[in-house]
Amino acid sequence: MASAAQRRIKSISYAKYGYLFILPFFLVYFFFQLWPLINTFILSFQDNKDSHFIGLDNYKTILFAVGNRTAKNVSKTFFMSFKNTIILWVGNFIPQLILSLTLAVWFTEANTKIPGKGFFKVVMYLPNIITAASVAVLFLQLCGEAENGPGALNLLLNKMGIVDQDPVSEKYDTIKFITGMWQSRGVVMFIQTWMWFGNTMIMLMSGIQGINPSLFEAASIDGATGMQTFWKITLPLLSPILAYTLVTSMIGGLQMFDIPYLYHKDPNKVSNNLKTVAVYIYEYFHDQVDPKMGYAGAASVILFFITLILGCIAFYMTRDKDAIAKKKMMKKNAKREKFASKQFGGYGV
Amino acid sequence: MSKMSKTYGDAKDNYTAKLRLKSTILTIWFIILTIICLLPIYILIINATRSSTEIANGISFLPGTNLGKNIEKVFKDTNYLTIFNAFIGYKNSFIITVCATFLNVFFSAMTAYGIHVYDFKLKEISYTVILLVMMVPMQVTSAGFVAFMLKLKLTDTYWPLIIPAIAAPAIVYFMRSYMKSSFPLEIVEAARIDGCSEFRTFISIAIPMMKPAIAVQSIFAFIASWNNFYTPNMILISSNFKQKTLPMMISAMQASDKFTDYGAVYLAIALSILPIVIIYVLLSRFIIAGVALGGVKE
Repeated sequence: MASAAQRRIKSISYAKYGYLFILPFFLVYFFFQLWPLINTFILSFQDNKDSHFIGLDNYKTILFAVGNRTAKNVSKTFFMSFKNTIILWVGNFIPQLILSLTLAVWFTEANTKIPGKGFFKVVMYLPNIITAASVAVLFLQLCGEAENGPGALNLLLNKMGIVDQDPVSEKYDTIKFITGMWQSRGVVMFIQTWMWFGNTMIMLMSGIQGINPSLFEAASIDGATGMQTFWKITLPLLSPILAYTLVTSMIGGLQMFDIPYLYHKDPNKVSNNLKTVAVYIYEYFHDQVDPKMGYAGAASVILFFITLILGCIAFYMTRDKDAIAKKKMMKKNAKREKFASKQFGGYGV
Repeated sequence: MSKMSKTYGDAKDNYTAKLRLKSTILTIWFIILTIICLLPIYILIINATRSSTEIANGISFLPGTNLGKNIEKVFKDTNYLTIFNAFIGYKNSFIITVCATFLNVFFSAMTAYGIHVYDFKLKEISYTVILLVMMVPMQVTSAGFVAFMLKLKLTDTYWPLIIPAIAAPAIVYFMRSYMKSSFPLEIVEAARIDGCSEFRTFISIAIPMMKPAIAVQSIFAFIASWNNFYTPNMILISSNFKQKTLPMMISAMQASDKFTDYGAVYLAIALSILPIVIIYVLLSRFIIAGVALGGVKE
């Protein structure tokens, strides 16, 4: 029995409060995210200097090197930074995925007895929460060469017998971890893997724990080996989460900034071997003397569309396949019924 | 009969032995990974206690005796006072982080509450918009963002670093999922019958009920804001060190060639990550659980 008060409350419309509660979010979102995004699009159609409309010229310059003398350089640097981004991403994602997938499987196995699982998890996640800028500078100190010494990492390698020391001049035949092309890339890949494998591991672990345990039980009763269980049960059932991890990591990889931006000894000049797309955009719009907003905008828009495509793929891969199949079935049934009812002169069967 | 039990026993022993071997190998592998995870941080802490010449001449796994001198240098040397000033850095980072975290969590809870509790025409659309927005990376909008802030003359202020925290789509999504599972709408109705105003219902009923979600998201928001280098670096463009955050000071220290005392440099890096590490040591259980929750949502 609804009381009078309850009935009165039911009749009041509270819709306006709904709008009121979500208003701050959308106001701030509009001013600080949506408008900047639109503004980026506008900038990409404008001249770098006096910001008058120049159509697609910035895109032509970046993608096809059309324009004045510097155009070739602008375009070359863009493709170089795009290549760097892909190299750095692939080089950190593959070891990261292998490491975190195997770890996730081992951590969730019930029959092995490993002491202190919680402790291992906590330690492996630790690098992820440390300030990336500090991590970059720390590795710069560890890998770099001091004025009168080979630096910490080279010394360690020397003790292990990998780096030689000339017996006469006492000079070390150091590995150039900062200036070398693949050496520096290797260090950045290592840092990225080091920082992110714990995070991926925990995500995959919660995915594995979401798999129905009776499947593993049945497999073990039927005498499946660990490898068989992994390839035939864990991996297929984990594939939506793996796909999601892949795409989010790709989107994250496109934004890679802090570590490549800071990992260099030359003051104020990012190494060409490490310049990513995010660094490329940043350098154009952050230049205090001669900012090139047009190029920055156009490159951002290109990045935006790549992200959009990747996002759509992620959405497509993680959508609920059962629900879609059910919907299709229902539609089919409805159609058939309609068809049947027509056949029988409008009478339902 | 005895034969059967014997075979059975053998098989069982075999199985246990295999498991034990596997567990041992895995434990060793985990210990190696633990060492790899901790070694850079451990060397950082050790080197912060050693002198520059000691560091140049070799690595050590035992702390040195130079910590006092390094501390004195970091807090008194003029280079440090004007480029890496730990006190000012802590203060600035702390102001920005605390304000941003508060706005972030409060307004995300409010938005999620608005979408969860009320029925209005644009409800589903606005939620879809929030989900879509989650995908747009900061790097894509930053050129337009900086140009807009320059026009408004808001660069070199903290406003563009704090206010945008109000619109955090990922956290709204998390809060909404949490509310779906543990915030029944009958409570709101009961509050209405008792004459509680809508806003008050949110403040004094919904927020206390959402404490677990708010706690987890506050930790993550705090860490993300404290570690942020990209946004402050593009907004705070003047060379005035009094405005800079800690990660910016670290990067300024790296770009300068005045810092040749490696012991002090290591100490400065250690100081910049100290608050985060303390928070992590205290709250690691919640943080790990929070990451796992984020994974389950897919």
